[in-house]
Amino acid sequence: MSGSNRFSRRDFIKVTTGAIGGIIAAGVGIPSIGYLLAPALRQDQAGKSVVVANLSDIPIGIPYPFSFTITRINGWERTANVFGGFILRKSEDPQDLLVLSSRCTHLSCRVNWDEQAGGFLCPCHDAMFDKEGKVVHGPPPEPLGHFEYEIDDAGNITIIPIERKGE
Amino acid sequence: MQNFWKNALQWLDERLGLNELYQNLLDRPEPLGNWWNTLGSASLFLFLLQVATGIFLTVYYNPSPDHAYDSIQYIMNEVAFGWLIRGIHHWGASLMVLVVIIHMLRTFVTASYKYPRELTWLVGVGLLLLTLGMGFTGYLLPWHQMAYWATTVGTQIAGSVPFIGEFILRALRGGPDLSALTLQRFFAAHIWILPALMFALIGLHLYLIIKHGESHFPDKED
Repeated sequence: MSGSNRFSRRDFIKVTTGAIGGIIAAGVGIPSIGYLLAPALRQDQAGKSVVVANLSDIPIGIPYPFSFTITRINGWERTANVFGGFILRKSEDPQDLLVLSSRCTHLSCRVNWDEQAGGFLCPCHDAMFDKEGKVVHGPPPEPLGHFEYEIDDAGNITIIPIERKGE
Repeated sequence: MQNFWKNALQWLDERLGLNELYQNLLDRPEPLGNWWNTLGSASLFLFLLQVATGIFLTVYYNPSPDHAYDSIQYIMNEVAFGWLIRGIHHWGASLMVLVVIIHMLRTFVTASYKYPRELTWLVGVGLLLLTLGMGFTGYLLPWHQMAYWATTVGTQIAGSVPFIGEFILRALRGGPDLSALTLQRFFAAHIWILPALMFALIGLHLYLIIKHGESHFPDKED
């Protein structure tokens, strides 16, 4: 082919076959990438806010555990996941609250409040967070996350179930 | 730079025999023929297309009575290009049965099954039966009414064989009734057992074709 202007029958067939084959491969191959990645590219819907506790039940200065369930439709199935956290009343002021997530910022294990240790302990890699979620020791790179909350007149605490980065 | 690629290619060729492979597989001499001679390649192409789209379908398909139908609805309505992948697999299946049968008829009409190609023919018959088996097992997988009753009837027909019919029916269904076991074993047959056999037989079929070359059309001498 190269160097000569003559384009033989054989070369024509070869090029045409290659081109058509390429088009077919691209026609199946490119949509396939979208097909495989579709669930990964789906946007998560913002969760509905949930009532998790009442102010009157929460002691001052001791983290109060709560949990809530979020049901998501994944593909052809509804999946319910339980999430949890701790509410810390720092003072008598009803607005002086900290709503922490119990998800360890290292590798997502669930931390537990340990009264004796005076902190949150992670069972997986022996990490410890203080009452306000700051790292005391262990591998976590950042403090525990927290949830935004609202309190109504009856003292019900409502959170938006999207974890925010701890400060 | 051009030299580098040339050298690299030559290095590989000396060790892998790429040129020889190319000559034998794609550039071998053929007798004078026509479009009817391309049906074997068309079958192979369709088979590979079914393999590719079938693998993609298993990413989302779930072979259980609870979820089979829903997972296919999900593929069709939610997954990007799911309709395309399943559409190709669905129509490709029918087309493959058609092409394989016409391929067999062409071989018969041009008497290409004669010496030394009898084994190529026999292997081809095996491939035809396996293709039909793929159609039969694949038809149940959507687990909708049509699939369910078609397989009820199909397995019942297999059950009408004298003496061993009842046994065949139970073996196909995995018990007396069409159940989760039927769906699961049809799925296993459809994605593992039959394709594995097909790959083996296609390999043999191609080897025999390359070994003997393609037959020329019969003339007055024959």
